[in-house]
Amino acid sequence: MTARRPWWKTVLGIVFIALMLFPVYWMVNVSFTKTQDLRLDPPHLFPFDATLDGYTEVLRQQLPNLGTSLLIGLGCVVLTVVIAAPAGYAISLLNLRGGRTLNFVLLVAQMIPGVVMAMGFYAIYVRLGLLNSIGGLILADSTIAVPFGVLLFTAFMSGLPRELLQAARVDGAGAWRTFVSVVLPLSRNSALTVALFAFLWAWSDFVFASTLARNSDLKPVTLGIYAYIGNNTTQWNAIMATAVVASIPAAILLIVAQRYVAAGVTAGAVKD
Amino acid sequence: MAISTAPAAPPTRPAPTKADAEPRRRRAGRLQGSRWIAVAFAAPLVIYLLAFYAYPLIRSIDLSVHDYTVRAFVQGNAEFVGLDNYVTVLTSPLFGQALANTAVFVVASLVFQYAIGLALAVFFRNSFRLSGVLRALFLVPWLLPLIVSGSTWAWMLNSDNGVVNSVLQAFGLGQINWLTSPDTSMLAVIIANIWLGIPFNLVILYSGLQNIPAEVYEAASLDGAGPWRQFWSVTFPLLRPVSAITLLLGLVYTLKVVDIIWIMTKGGPADSTTTLAIWSYREAFGTGQPDLSPAAAVGNILIVIALIFGFVYLRTQRRQESS
Repeated sequence: MTARRPWWKTVLGIVFIALMLFPVYWMVNVSFTKTQDLRLDPPHLFPFDATLDGYTEVLRQQLPNLGTSLLIGLGCVVLTVVIAAPAGYAISLLNLRGGRTLNFVLLVAQMIPGVVMAMGFYAIYVRLGLLNSIGGLILADSTIAVPFGVLLFTAFMSGLPRELLQAARVDGAGAWRTFVSVVLPLSRNSALTVALFAFLWAWSDFVFASTLARNSDLKPVTLGIYAYIGNNTTQWNAIMATAVVASIPAAILLIVAQRYVAAGVTAGAVKD
Repeated sequence: MAISTAPAAPPTRPAPTKADAEPRRRRAGRLQGSRWIAVAFAAPLVIYLLAFYAYPLIRSIDLSVHDYTVRAFVQGNAEFVGLDNYVTVLTSPLFGQALANTAVFVVASLVFQYAIGLALAVFFRNSFRLSGVLRALFLVPWLLPLIVSGSTWAWMLNSDNGVVNSVLQAFGLGQINWLTSPDTSMLAVIIANIWLGIPFNLVILYSGLQNIPAEVYEAASLDGAGPWRQFWSVTFPLLRPVSAITLLLGLVYTLKVVDIIWIMTKGGPADSTTTLAIWSYREAFGTGQPDLSPAAAVGNILIVIALIFGFVYLRTQRRQESS
């Protein structure tokens, strides 16, 4: 261990992060800017003369949309974990026949563009009357996270010591009991990672929302922002305020679950 | 969760751990006694995949070989036209441009995301004060909803009031019509997409670097290799498998990007940012008149392209493993 800390690296790191996060800063800055100052040239670099107009606009118009997004996100989390956790258990610990094939299918599934999926869903939803419904969006959005969830659960559960399963078996637990009282509690961290990503992806989804819920009364917040942009509005402070509010879940999750986020990104690269 | 190149011992070779291997096999056998139970646990996933992947996919193929007008869509009596939609799409003057745009978008995004991500990963390899916090902050762009990043970039690159142009002006450069000129629009969406992809590249490459043992570097520096030499002769070659998967995932993701381009330019001006994915999206949902059949044809061509790269990757990976 070197006693000398390379302080210049810290300085350089701060410079890098400042460059990288400038757009985020700018979003916050614009969200506090007065409407008449938006066209200023050069623009104010700091929100000297801050206004909350943008945020009052958000509260007035976007609250139901935020609620819709929350509902869709939570629905996706439940659906994803319920489907993915048992499947991961079967592939990793129960020696499922065809487990490798299933992993391969999941890999391929992730290559299908969202647009194509959206068209398929659209065609099906027209018939079933699921267009513009929250349930329909939950089902469609969950397809972003399920393959990832299965691959992550499989990778994690294969690392569990098989002695534990055997001990449970000796104690007379069947496959289901072992799953519920041994495997699931031990997989809590990976379940959190899967849940986190399922929520964030559903919360951020634009492609499915803009194709399957265009005429819905209950729009997710991404469509709320899109409607602002589409109207050729000059209210960029309101757009940016909505953007800031829509980013809050990501910010909270990053602070609370930073570890899991990094784990999840890397798990995306785990091969079968 | 490291990237596991799990050293699963080949079953045929008598491994030195033969004593261990024996009971393990018996144990596996006992767990396998309940094969149907395993199937039961996987059944929800299989049903899910059939209902929510296979069926939509079949519907999209079905769309592409029929002539679905809006009316036929509701009545369900679209005319079967075989591969006509594919012919129309492939001979359309837009096809060449969309293909070229896709290639430029993907290659430029990947090269810069990877290079910047790798440089940052190497920078963060040795910990220093605040390195953990700073590395975590790099994830922010990746976690933001794409519509948020897209609209922020659109406003920053605005011709008249954008902060980017006012900074450029301070340096004596003229105004650039980032999003409204066909010459720069592609550059604009690529810049935004690179920004979005850096965190992902950084995290995966960083964890790949962590798996390179420190002794290798010690040996290299004993041999008198400087930092530059160490990077090219040690880091880069040892990182190759991780680099490959990073680039493949990046490729698959970048090929299907819709949100960011659609939000910033809608594929314009003059189709200068129309990629295959954007083209498909616009045909199907971007205008008042949904034209699902050609859109599905474009989308299916896109799947084929993604699959080709996926299989090439799996092939090379398997060959590497067997050698």
